[in-house]
Amino acid sequence: MATDAQRVERSDELALRSGEDVVRLRQAVRERAVAVGLSLVDQTKIVTAASEIGRNTVQYGGGGIARIAIVANGTRRGLRLEFSDHGPGIADIAQALQDGFTTGGGLGLGLSGAKRLCDEFHIESEVGKGTRVSLVRWKPY
Amino acid sequence: MERIPILRMGRFLLVTIQVDMHDQLALTLQDDLTQRIVADRARGVLMDISSLDVVDSFIGRMISNIAAMSRVLDAQTVVVGMQPAVAITLVELGLDLAGVRTALNVERGMALLQQSEA
Repeated sequence: MATDAQRVERSDELALRSGEDVVRLRQAVRERAVAVGLSLVDQTKIVTAASEIGRNTVQYGGGGIARIAIVANGTRRGLRLEFSDHGPGIADIAQALQDGFTTGGGLGLGLSGAKRLCDEFHIESEVGKGTRVSLVRWKPY
Repeated sequence: MERIPILRMGRFLLVTIQVDMHDQLALTLQDDLTQRIVADRARGVLMDISSLDVVDSFIGRMISNIAAMSRVLDAQTVVVGMQPAVAITLVELGLDLAGVRTALNVERGMALLQQSEA
């Protein structure tokens, strides 16, 4: 799912099964965002996006895995997060990406909000198989 | 069970969130605060979030819920100390915390609560 020409400098995996795991994910993403050299605002954005998608993985996907990677594209560095679960999947991704759409009683800002908080966002899902979400925040030159 | 402490200062309740809350902890705080407003006959709630370096949609919803519930129970809520990076991110995320009163710091927040009592 990675876009072309991304070199992975470092990659870690984190299991997502509970709310506590989402807290650990936020801390791990913050640490890597600092290592990449993202500004405080950009750190906050990617950590918040991670929290939204990580919660979805736990709540809707029945748990899964987050992969946190420091990537480079030429001389440009960034943080790439990949989430995968083997949950029920999303039947209508376009609908799930709309502000305010929710099946879980939340605000319906998780997916759409996370998308706004990063530079690249990909989602693929198959009903009955699971969902994969990948997002990247690049450090500006 | 893990809990966020709620302090009483006269007619007001003071909550300082100093840990990265998992969702259940946020829900527990919401319940505890609602009960304390009634039990202590509190007139206001001051919530200091200056230690929070992330407010996602779940925590944002908790803040809105607390403000709405306290209003129904005849108490004011003022949220203070939001970090600038958190404010920028919240708005971009799509949350504007409509109906939530805010102040820059504890001192101003307390002044706001006292004014609305006068």
